[in-house]
Amino acid sequence: MSTTLLTVSYLGAAILFILSLGGLSSPETSRRGNLYGMIGMAIAVLATVLGPLVTKAAYAWIIGAMALGAAIGLYAARTVKMTQMPELVALMHSLVGLAAVLVGFANYIDPAASAGFKGAEKTIHEIEIYIGVLIGAVTFSGSIIAFGKLSAKISGRPVLLPGRHWVNLLGLLGVIWCGAQFISSQSIAQGMTPLVVMTAIALLFGVHMVMAIGGADMPVVVSMLNSYSGWAAAATGFMLSNDLLIVTGALVGSSGAILSYIMCRAMNRNFVAVIAGGFGTEGGKPAAAGGAQPAGEVSPISAAETAELLRAVKNVIIVPGYGMAVAQAQHTVYEITKHLREKGVNVRFGIHPVAGRMPGHMNVLLAEAKVPYDIVMEMDEINADFPDTDVAMVIGANDIVNPAAQEDPASPIAGMPVLEVWHAKTSIVMKRSMASGYAGVDNPLFYKDNNRMLFGDAKKMLDEVLVALKA
Amino acid sequence: MPQVIAVPRETFAGEKRVATVPEVVEKLTKLGFRVAVESGAGEAANFSDQAYRAAGAEIVADAWAGADMVFKVRAPSAAEVARMREGSALVSFVWPAQNPELLEALAAKKATVLAMDSVPRISRAQKLDALSSMANIAGYRAVIEAAHAFGRFFTGQITAAGKVPPAKVFVIGAGVAGLAAIGAASGLGAVVLANDTRPEVADQIKSLGGEYVGVDYVEEGSGTGGYAKVMSAGFQQAQREVFARQAKEVDVIITTALIPGKPAPKLITADMVRSMRPGSVIVDLAAEQGGNCELTEPGKLVVKHGVTLIGYTDLPSRLAKQSSTLYATNLLRLTEELCKGKDGVINVNMDDEVIRGTTVIKAGAITWPPPPPKLSAAPPKPAAKPAAGPAPKGHGAAGAPASAKATALVFLAGAALFWFIGAYAPAAFIGHFTVFVLACFVGYMVIWNVTPALHTPLMSVTNAISSIIAIGALVQVAPFEGESAGRPTAWIIGLAVVSIGLVAINMFGGFAVTQRMLQMFRK
Repeated sequence: MSTTLLTVSYLGAAILFILSLGGLSSPETSRRGNLYGMIGMAIAVLATVLGPLVTKAAYAWIIGAMALGAAIGLYAARTVKMTQMPELVALMHSLVGLAAVLVGFANYIDPAASAGFKGAEKTIHEIEIYIGVLIGAVTFSGSIIAFGKLSAKISGRPVLLPGRHWVNLLGLLGVIWCGAQFISSQSIAQGMTPLVVMTAIALLFGVHMVMAIGGADMPVVVSMLNSYSGWAAAATGFMLSNDLLIVTGALVGSSGAILSYIMCRAMNRNFVAVIAGGFGTEGGKPAAAGGAQPAGEVSPISAAETAELLRAVKNVIIVPGYGMAVAQAQHTVYEITKHLREKGVNVRFGIHPVAGRMPGHMNVLLAEAKVPYDIVMEMDEINADFPDTDVAMVIGANDIVNPAAQEDPASPIAGMPVLEVWHAKTSIVMKRSMASGYAGVDNPLFYKDNNRMLFGDAKKMLDEVLVALKA
Repeated sequence: MPQVIAVPRETFAGEKRVATVPEVVEKLTKLGFRVAVESGAGEAANFSDQAYRAAGAEIVADAWAGADMVFKVRAPSAAEVARMREGSALVSFVWPAQNPELLEALAAKKATVLAMDSVPRISRAQKLDALSSMANIAGYRAVIEAAHAFGRFFTGQITAAGKVPPAKVFVIGAGVAGLAAIGAASGLGAVVLANDTRPEVADQIKSLGGEYVGVDYVEEGSGTGGYAKVMSAGFQQAQREVFARQAKEVDVIITTALIPGKPAPKLITADMVRSMRPGSVIVDLAAEQGGNCELTEPGKLVVKHGVTLIGYTDLPSRLAKQSSTLYATNLLRLTEELCKGKDGVINVNMDDEVIRGTTVIKAGAITWPPPPPKLSAAPPKPAAKPAAGPAPKGHGAAGAPASAKATALVFLAGAALFWFIGAYAPAAFIGHFTVFVLACFVGYMVIWNVTPALHTPLMSVTNAISSIIAIGALVQVAPFEGESAGRPTAWIIGLAVVSIGLVAINMFGGFAVTQRMLQMFRK
């Protein structure tokens, strides 16, 4: 295969990747989109292997490594539970990050790779290696920690070291200094030390950064790591002078960046503030909540009464949150939905952009439980409909339905867009206890006259509601 | 010792309402009170003594004598005040602003007085907001009175005898009464237009089948507590022009414009009345406060310039059974607030915002007017923007245009960067850089089109696609052809093979799990 043919194959693959992402604009076209992605990847890999840069002697190695990886990957894809998707995605990001680091090192120690470069070209090439390894290392360690937090192997609470911003600054200076050493080094052996030191710093930085971020901010972290894995690929593309890698990396990088932006906007928080860790600004713990503590009585409701209530209504909106994922209640939710829909009740779902632990988490869980996607609405689509709704059921969510975000300018979550469930004739909140949400803000919703609390495990309570409904 | 709630017969001429109904008597008894109803109190509202007795009330000849708390509708007359037991409590409409001498007389009796017209307008107090209950009824009744006086159908019809156009009804003021009128009139089939100084009620008007007629003059008309406020002269001028135009076209005008503590604004001039078609009807719900129409005569139905002007001030009383029931329920809710212990003893807790606002005299001491309410029913939209970050923008759009200054800065920075790269970078790099920047823009455009429901599949597919980094490893694994001293071939191949393995996990796993997810999305 000639070099020009290889280049054209890469172009075709790049187009297919773009089509693949474009296909995700609606569920109907998404499956074909994914197929485009697979074809594009197959073309890119086959063209490379059959192309002039890879000799036949390497086939054994390539096929062996590919087969092993494919087996592990397919196994994981088949067995993963939908509630574990955030963990799986985080883990996969770490693999891309690690691969970027390894490819960077391999490229650096290969004298043939930089043989043709002189002067500015050589410097740029080295900067590309350096940046590729840097981003790859941060992505790798950050994703590993994110995986740990999401799978509850590490506590979800933010770990805030004293003077953590100074630690980060020191790390950054260290990285810049190593970079200068690296570029000015005369031989590969001499440049190795700063490269390794930088990699260590980058790994520690990744750990430190994600450790400082709390559980509910995970959607931002996961999208950010997604973005980083893309930039790592793009940097590798620059290093290898490969346009396909650059294009793909840029696509993935901007995708993750946009997702991070959407998530931050949905929490009305600054990206930098989220990444800086903790909640609120500079060392801000939820102390600010002290201002307006709503007090009053909450009205509990039993599962049987909930069923009674649901039996007599026309419009229901269900608002799921992370609690539904934890309790694995999505299938029962679907059963209740199905039962009500057969009775002619208009049941819909209202999804807050940051509900769950990764973007779109709730949608995937509901899809898994066979809830049709045309009754699953975005926050902006459904917020205006709450006044016409008889019952709004909140399952394991708290901050995303907190009226304080709109009513109390002093609240730490003031200005965050929320689902206005309190406009419904009755709202039912399913919760284990009266504990406040991630933001540490008390929720005035619970004390509203038209709100009822259904205390207990979401799955168990919903099962009881279902039984009572069918009785 | 349970306290006695007494309900006397209303003495105001023509008043048909009564302050409690049998259904509510039962619930008051459950709260621990004894209820005494004056004989014949409910007669005009079609509630017999028998019905009250069956619900657990005592029927007495004089309700005032043994009462601990008196429930009334109208403010008490001087004669009634004289009959009040010293130190007892009274719940009724009082209108403290208009009746200062009544307030003095009640205070002299060492009474505790809760005024149902002073209930604060906060969400929690809605259930005891008797003004809203009464306004709702008045709005409905206004339409009925108008239909009665109007010589045509409200609804349009095509009959064998010819086509009947629908009546056009113009409602001024979309408060509780106005909205009730809009609902009732459109229910009868009329074409309903409505105006209000508060633009945010436009949606409520539409939801009831009315059409919002705005005044083309920018001024926010919302005062505190969800009421309207006095508008500027310029606005009033623009508003009069709108009304004058409507007056020529519509058949029925229903005015409900009130500003708390002020005489009703004169919105319909004599000239406008003259310009209306003969046979038209104006119902002035503000008649008691002087009327929104210059020609209204409070309490009367008059015909002037061929237009019927209805200025009845007793519209709720004309629906006595309905209004008594709602009023009695409002009083019950208030009693629940006063008697949290359900022990038949009231506790006027002045720390409770609702009770504080409602109480105008506490044990002889005048406590009116109350401090302003802390929280408005509809929080004001602007001004209170949090400092926590930028306002959320609508979804889908990449954002509102940034300010010119910020845009200029970004472009300047971009230009500087491009100049730097153009001046110093080698040609090969420029080529890649071009591709990179354009790809970022393509990504930006494509990703904004992704539906939020598919964000998780998006992440897993982008993750799978980023396995393209495999290409980097693939080209490294090839043994170097030709000799180069000191090339650590084993190391390179080792690193590359490990990378390929790792990336393959991602590549196959990512696409497979995406496929699995996407297959779950169904209609």
